[in-house]
Amino acid sequence: MNKKTSALKVSLVSVGLGLLLGLLILIVSGYSPMVLFNAILRGLTGMTTMRPVFNLRNTGEFIVFSLPLILTGLSVAFAYKTGMFNIGAEGQFMVGACASVVVAILVPLPGILHVVAAVLAGALAGALWGFIPGLLKSNFKINEVVVCIMLNYFGMYLSNFILKSLPGSSISKTVVIPTSASLSSDVLSSITNNSRLHWGILIVALCVFGYWFILNKTSFGFSLRATGHNEHAADYAGMKTKRNIILSMMIAGALAGLAGAIMSLGVFNMGRVLSGFENYGFDGIAVAFVGAFNAIGIVLAGLLFGLLKVMAPLMQATGVPKEINEIISAFIVLFVAMQYGIRLLLNKLALRKHNKGKPNTLETSKEGK
Amino acid sequence: MELFLQMFPAALVMATPIIIAALGGLFSERSGVINIALEGIMLVGAFATAVTVIFLGESMGRAAIWVGLLVGAIVGCAYSAIHAFVSIRLRADQTISGTALNMLSTGLTVFLCQLIFQGQRSPNIPVSMPKISIPILKDIPLLGRMFFNDTYPTFFIAVLLVVGAYFLLYKTRFGLRLRSCGEFPQASASMGINVAKMRYIGVLSSGALGGLAGGIMLLTTNIQFSVSVIHGVGFIALGCLVFGKWNPWGCLFTGVFFGFSEIISSYSGNIPGLSGMPTEFFYSIPYVLTILALVLFAKRSIGPKAAGQIYDAGER
Repeated sequence: MNKKTSALKVSLVSVGLGLLLGLLILIVSGYSPMVLFNAILRGLTGMTTMRPVFNLRNTGEFIVFSLPLILTGLSVAFAYKTGMFNIGAEGQFMVGACASVVVAILVPLPGILHVVAAVLAGALAGALWGFIPGLLKSNFKINEVVVCIMLNYFGMYLSNFILKSLPGSSISKTVVIPTSASLSSDVLSSITNNSRLHWGILIVALCVFGYWFILNKTSFGFSLRATGHNEHAADYAGMKTKRNIILSMMIAGALAGLAGAIMSLGVFNMGRVLSGFENYGFDGIAVAFVGAFNAIGIVLAGLLFGLLKVMAPLMQATGVPKEINEIISAFIVLFVAMQYGIRLLLNKLALRKHNKGKPNTLETSKEGK
Repeated sequence: MELFLQMFPAALVMATPIIIAALGGLFSERSGVINIALEGIMLVGAFATAVTVIFLGESMGRAAIWVGLLVGAIVGCAYSAIHAFVSIRLRADQTISGTALNMLSTGLTVFLCQLIFQGQRSPNIPVSMPKISIPILKDIPLLGRMFFNDTYPTFFIAVLLVVGAYFLLYKTRFGLRLRSCGEFPQASASMGINVAKMRYIGVLSSGALGGLAGGIMLLTTNIQFSVSVIHGVGFIALGCLVFGKWNPWGCLFTGVFFGFSEIISSYSGNIPGLSGMPTEFFYSIPYVLTILALVLFAKRSIGPKAAGQIYDAGER
């Protein structure tokens, strides 16, 4: 089994097992498994088995919720390629959302400059939030995981404080941002039957391409990957590993910050004061691993987790607790974490299949002993 | 001073779950497994405690509380077994496995809550944790009011656990062995220590302590179960472990300090100099201080060396 097919198989098995466990939990709790299939179908196309009416609005919304997950997935994957575990995408997402709203509301700029500045502010804030763990890792050898976790909460409290202090904010949200800073698009919205699909889709496409291009087609990307594979060897080869670690975390932070920016500028059109995490960053970990750190894989995995996210309210509407989606996502992450076990299992199955084809060799080898 | 005396018992109430969960993290990390799932374990423990106390409350009265805490600890232990199996036996990345457990905890508890109680939140907990005053000790000036007067007995449980953990980890052969697995597991194995077994013990005890901490947090700071009962205390406990230099006594003192930062926002209006401060400032303190502590301790390597690394018996 070569490495690439094996990564794909592990991802597919993880997703399959996660969905299967979710189904099992539904059945054990006394719900019909059809609810899950209907929600998937409806989330994708607006159709159900009862009402086969195609509605592009659902498809649009499904893409809307996949977009930030693709970005946080790219964020986690980019850091991982350099040997860093970016569990801080959650915090980077929130400071990114906050900074973009601050620029949107406080800085009056003409026309398209406004939205560009707001989006860049989100990316910069995220990059700053990635810079801290990157710097501490490269210069002090401090484990980035703990720093990222702490920054997640600090980022949430700081963002909440800033958003609440903006002029006109209530305790739970800011005022609506001016249209010049909004990513909302009448064109995209009208072709998807009034969904909230927005121009952020272009940003995401650009990021996906950039991710692939930087990592695979530039010497900078090569030295990042070399740092991830073996920091000492890369250092010995004259690569600036310290700089690489910091830059990689900053780029990862910027990607997660962009995810926050497109959500507040494109979907909600305001800043929201959050009482807890929304899991965009943590789901990003799942997206990166299920996507096997491959640009296309991450897009597909992002769509999958976006589907799980839009399914939630559809399930709740039919009386099934919407948390079943969270459970399925968590199980998929757990199975992805169990890669080693799944690989062992796959290899064992492959071996058995292999041996079944040639029963004689097995017997002779036994006799030989 | 009067204000301080009012705040102190409240800070101890918040400190208790932080300290107990940090001790859980201590056992796990000293054995070599990072456990960032403490937050999730606490939530699951809190849920198990809530269900037990709500169902047994009427028939058993006050005793239901202690049964509830026991069930919380057992369920926390069982929940952490997933982390143990996946990260020890299946050699998973401990951070991913912990993240998965954290994500699963919110989904699972609220899902079950809807099945059992038909709502996102449980009904109110029917019996409350008794407050006790210790005779004689409560009459000591200052200290009496700070520690022994009209307070929850849970803080004393936390102190007992700290003493117990110190004794077990630093004064027994078992403790030495457990700690060695977090420093240089290959060397431990060469001395005939079963590294996997020690790590299982470490993670499972962290689960039990985390579940207990969750149950205590539910019963002393909330009137019902909801998904936000723990609101980050599991991660504060991780910070407490770092700030307390991976040492039981350090966890105790840091826990009390972090307990203060959790409750000070509700008193800050009366404290000169702090009255204008936003609540977010106080909530951020433990997280920011933990990062600063990491920077300060960075030069001296204090934490267990092998924590977070997958154990490979063949590695040199």
